[in-house]
Amino acid sequence: MSDIPSDLKYVASHEWIRDEGDGVVTIGITDHAQDLLGDVVFVELPEVGSEFTTGDDLGVVESVKAASDVYAPLSGEVIAINAELEDAPELVNSDPYGDGWFVQIRLSDVSETDDLLDADGYAELCEAES
Amino acid sequence: MGHQTALYQKHQQMNAKLVDFGGWDMPINYGSQVEEHHKVRTDAGMFDVSHMTVVDVTGADAKEYLRYLLANDVARLQEQGKALYSGMLNETGGVVDDLIVYLMTDPDVAGEWFRVVVNCGTREKDIRWMSDHTASFDSVALTERPELAMVAIQGPNAIAKVTSVVSESRGKLIQGLKPFQGLESEGWFFARTGYTGEDGLEVMVPEEYVADFWQALADAGVVPCGLGARDTLRLEAGMNLYGSEMDEKTSPLSANMGWTIAWDPADRDFVGRKALENQRSAGVKQKLVGLVLESRGVLRSHQKVMINGEEAGEITSGSFSPTLGCSIAMARVPVEIADTCHVDMRGKLVEVKVVKPSFVRNGAKVFS
Repeated sequence: MSDIPSDLKYVASHEWIRDEGDGVVTIGITDHAQDLLGDVVFVELPEVGSEFTTGDDLGVVESVKAASDVYAPLSGEVIAINAELEDAPELVNSDPYGDGWFVQIRLSDVSETDDLLDADGYAELCEAES
Repeated sequence: MGHQTALYQKHQQMNAKLVDFGGWDMPINYGSQVEEHHKVRTDAGMFDVSHMTVVDVTGADAKEYLRYLLANDVARLQEQGKALYSGMLNETGGVVDDLIVYLMTDPDVAGEWFRVVVNCGTREKDIRWMSDHTASFDSVALTERPELAMVAIQGPNAIAKVTSVVSESRGKLIQGLKPFQGLESEGWFFARTGYTGEDGLEVMVPEEYVADFWQALADAGVVPCGLGARDTLRLEAGMNLYGSEMDEKTSPLSANMGWTIAWDPADRDFVGRKALENQRSAGVKQKLVGLVLESRGVLRSHQKVMINGEEAGEITSGSFSPTLGCSIAMARVPVEIADTCHVDMRGKLVEVKVVKPSFVRNGAKVFS
């Protein structure tokens, strides 16, 4: 069973969202997602300052197995990206909820967070998919 | 639930991630495919390949039968245990399967026994094809050997590590093997062959012994590796995968298998010969090449090769090369291709280098 921390929120496309306060969230992909992808070899991230609407392509994860789009789980502006992933994409596998984070976004509409899944909801979704 | 090899419980104990492969539950990795890959290039890794199909061919006509069935010529096998890679073609020159055939008996002793190893995904059609073609021979028997498990141990330290876990007499036999030679030892079969571009062995073991053999190898430091690493290793080595680089509609001449066709002697008829001769005289239009992407991204099978903005070919296998740290691929393209071309990678044209379809041998890069 994959690791699903209870203090995070989730979306069905397997991204996790951590509330950092002040309308800022950190985003990455879940343990379940990295497990499905296998070894990650490249991560393509957006530029700082770019703006996204929920559901937009935020980036691409390339693993040994497949290329997979990463979707913006919420609308907002990118205020930081994890530059470490350029040289160490394997962090996505080894520490998906920590050093393997992707981007930080300043939300344009905080009310969108009401639609996110909690850990139980996401666990049920993974269960149903397997 | 698919078929399980005799190593299924070992795979579970060793935390394998199991996937369906041609109807078999096989390990795709035991954690990290990339780490397993590196282990084979630098030390030793082992693969359960018991799903592959082993067929023994015996009888007074065994040799003449195989000389007719295969595009390569088993008459070239002049020493006990020597192996030959060959395509088994259909009448139109397409590839029914690719295989390895070993001469099991001493050529100076009467009676012949060959061992053929074919792919798992093509087992049923191969057996049917091989059986159908025995009809014009008086004395040839085909015997499948499903009771033999098979383990491939590959890497620069593979032979030493296998030697350390077998009896002294088997150790001597292993140490005496030449490349591409396999010999029996009381029901076990040790062959210095593989699918990784490294030195190593493929060992056939009666299935009741294979779990202990696997465990002994693990205790000697041989790392279990899954089909994921097997695929990136064979791709780096430029070795074909049936169903990707070739199939029943692909000529071996367009699949980098020209070297496996024994044209001489000219009076040896084999299935597909006429079609190949016609193709050769008409001129072959496509060939298999290697592609190297030096920028970021990963080439994938079925992506289109573009020349001057036009679709000109297709990637047959593509992945990330853990040894080179960039993406590589094999692709079927027009024979006159230049030394660079483009690939349509998810809607974006990227430039790639065109090389011979071989990237890594014995741990080192082979193209420039």
